Amino acid sequence: MDRAATDERIRALIEPFNKKGIAITEATTFAGDLEFDSLTVMDFVAEIEDAFDIIISMNQQAEIESYGQLVDAVSQMAD
Amino acid sequence: MSEGVFQPDQPPAALDGEGRDLFSKFDELIATRENLLAQGVEDPFNLVMEQVLSPTRAICNGRDTILLGTYNYMGMTFDPEVIAAGKQALDDFGAGTTGSRVLNGTYQGHREVEQALREFYAMDHAMVFSTGYQANLGIISTIAGKGDYIILDKDSHASIWDGCALGNAEVVPFRHNDIEAMDKRLGRIPEGAGKLVVLEGVYSMLGDVAPLAAMVAVAKRHGAMVLVDEAHSMGFIGEYGRGVAEAQGVLGEVDFVIGTFSKSVGTVGGFCVSNHPKFEILRLVCRPYVFTASLPPSVVATAETSIRKLMHGSNKRAHLWENSKRLHGGLKALGFQLGTEEPQSAIVAVIMPDLERGAMMWEALLKEGLYVNLARPPATPDNMTLLRCSLCAEHSAEEVETILGMFERAGARVGIIG
Repeated sequence: MDRAATDERIRALIEPFNKKGIAITEATTFAGDLEFDSLTVMDFVAEIEDAFDIIISMNQQAEIESYGQLVDAVSQMAD
Repeated sequence: MSEGVFQPDQPPAALDGEGRDLFSKFDELIATRENLLAQGVEDPFNLVMEQVLSPTRAICNGRDTILLGTYNYMGMTFDPEVIAAGKQALDDFGAGTTGSRVLNGTYQGHREVEQALREFYAMDHAMVFSTGYQANLGIISTIAGKGDYIILDKDSHASIWDGCALGNAEVVPFRHNDIEAMDKRLGRIPEGAGKLVVLEGVYSMLGDVAPLAAMVAVAKRHGAMVLVDEAHSMGFIGEYGRGVAEAQGVLGEVDFVIGTFSKSVGTVGGFCVSNHPKFEILRLVCRPYVFTASLPPSVVATAETSIRKLMHGSNKRAHLWENSKRLHGGLKALGFQLGTEEPQSAIVAVIMPDLERGAMMWEALLKEGLYVNLARPPATPDNMTLLRCSLCAEHSAEEVETILGMFERAGARVGIIG
């Protein structure tokens, strides 16, 4: 899938999880900047999986720390 | 329980600051705990039972207390035949085996308790572990390997998550008890990959049961193997006490049942039962089975006696259901918010507004002479604070009324109910 389109969809999906309204850039980290705890990560990942009809296993999640890395991974998987 | 923390909730603390070391990551938890205790609350996680009078009563922190927070569902801990079997085994076989099941740690009693399990579940194979935790750790990490997929409920017990973490399979959680979410994820697994679905019969935090009939059917449609942890249902749920899978008529399609001796059976230990023709090979390849000492002879003797008695426990099962229904209905009528609309198991979870008032309510109940479990995040789903009540078949109908009176007084004092 086109990276820009993926980025746009993920940006919309992340909105309800971005409780502090942090400005999201490619470098924004989930644990550090967005302060996602493990339960939030699980809920957020489930939303993305269903939106793109993909699996992001917990093993794969461990490699994804920043927003940009997530967009890259999802664009690749949704191909 | 949602203890699936593969990643730390906070970024790792820097190690170079003043006074910082490997323990700095616990500072926040230490502060929360000190803050709670500073309010004068008795430490909910440091209770001592000085004397245990029966399956339902003990002297706790100096007070005569009704126990409503143990997993002694069928009250087997003080059964005279169970105790006699343990004493005999101590005399005949000694205090411990000092060895692994695959070396010098399989005594006659270990074989006999496995035979009792095969009869209890009417299954071909049974493998006994030193704890229930190790049963999940061992079976899950061993059967699901690299390239395989584990699809599991996100509210799974810590031992299931740890079994996933110990192995090399791809781990994919789905929303609690959500059949469609499970179905979708199974459908997305790459062609040819091995699939293991991990479910629980009763989820111990809220005491709710899984829709196993539907879930097992979906799993089988996708060609997945199914493992069900029946720790909190064994001995109580189902006509023969085999658990939720039995009650919902799908035990025959479950590939692996995990269970424990530390709940209805009344001692300690864990097991897996299965009809898989190659099951016995696990004894050689399952590390949490091989690389630990086997259970003491007295423990396997008490477990075997207890399991055989549980086969004929239908009257006790019926009384436990009555207790669960009465407590659930009574607490609801008093205005408490409960984890399930209807009683589904021997666990009734009372939802507290927050940790502070949960701890105050816990202490108020203890002073009334009632012990319940205080459960807090991350063990609980959705960051809830719960007072978990687990009933016993040995609680009398009168005791349940006494318990309701204690909840009414404590709840009014702490301001949980009007």
